[in-house]
Amino acid sequence: MCIECGCGEINHHHHDHEHDPGPKTLRVEEDLLAKNNRLAGLNRALFAERGVFVLNLVSSPGSGKTSLLEKTISDLKTELCFAVLEGDQQTANDANRIAATGAPVKQINTGAGCHLDAHMVGHGVEGFDLDAADILMIENVGNLVCPAEFDLGEQHKVVILSVTEGEDKPQKYPHMFRAADIMLINKIDLLPYLDFNLEQCRTYAQQVNPDIRIFELSCNSGEGLDSWYDWLRQATA
Amino acid sequence: MHEVGITRSLVEIAEEHARTGGHNKVLSVSVDIGELSGVVAEAVEFCFEAVVRGTLLEGSRLIINRIPGAMRCRDCQQEFPADNYTLECPQCGSFMLDFTKGKELQMTEMEVE
Repeated sequence: MCIECGCGEINHHHHDHEHDPGPKTLRVEEDLLAKNNRLAGLNRALFAERGVFVLNLVSSPGSGKTSLLEKTISDLKTELCFAVLEGDQQTANDANRIAATGAPVKQINTGAGCHLDAHMVGHGVEGFDLDAADILMIENVGNLVCPAEFDLGEQHKVVILSVTEGEDKPQKYPHMFRAADIMLINKIDLLPYLDFNLEQCRTYAQQVNPDIRIFELSCNSGEGLDSWYDWLRQATA
Repeated sequence: MHEVGITRSLVEIAEEHARTGGHNKVLSVSVDIGELSGVVAEAVEFCFEAVVRGTLLEGSRLIINRIPGAMRCRDCQQEFPADNYTLECPQCGSFMLDFTKGKELQMTEMEVE
């Protein structure tokens, strides 16, 4: 074999022709989410350096994520300093609601996009004074499927399920309930009017994720909010 | 449809490796997609042709290697085949399960010229 180019011509040391190198196989072991995970790692390092506790709130549309944020911020704003990133396909409606609480907020519109990613969050927090913030709440796009796959650099993924959605959501959307480590069952003030089986819901959630921690609450009646607030206080202490 | 974003990442990774190696055409890309990864292989297949348009991967072949899922029971240590509907250990009935296989989402090799 010719040592110059590896062709089969043993007796020729000089070539006046060009070889077609032909197809070549490259071994490339790379995670398809590597770019997002790398950016999420940078976000996480930034948040750690500035001492910000970060939650990624995920749920279906209408579970009460924004109401939970309004209530939590209003009740705890004398103790903790919040900043909020709002993700929606369109409108600044949620950001306007959060702005009314006095907390700094930035709306991210994803357009056709079905989830927030680490790149959007990295740019989203650029205008915040992170040194002044204790907690960054990232309200993801309402969707129980896609946001499960994308790490944003948060400490906890918090999945919110309202009792009007039915108790079997953890079984129907197991990826999300496995990706989250905190679950809030919201709107429990409506339980007397629904067939929702709370015990069954807890069981379903623990079946898909034995380690999930569950809080039951209502932003409307205020029931159960104290243990959620205590958890936030302890996590940021 | 987060598979569009995932497929775009695949194309970006492949183009970067092709360019680094001085290749201007990708003939095929191979990926491992685990059955418990949350990514639907058919959806990646479906959008691949549209996503590769105008890139070094235009006209290339997508080879998907589906990795079956497996879980291990924390209570009896049994490891067993699992899919997205598996909720309990077939041996002891426990729900305390951990994934051992099937979360893969990785490009493995590519053919270039």
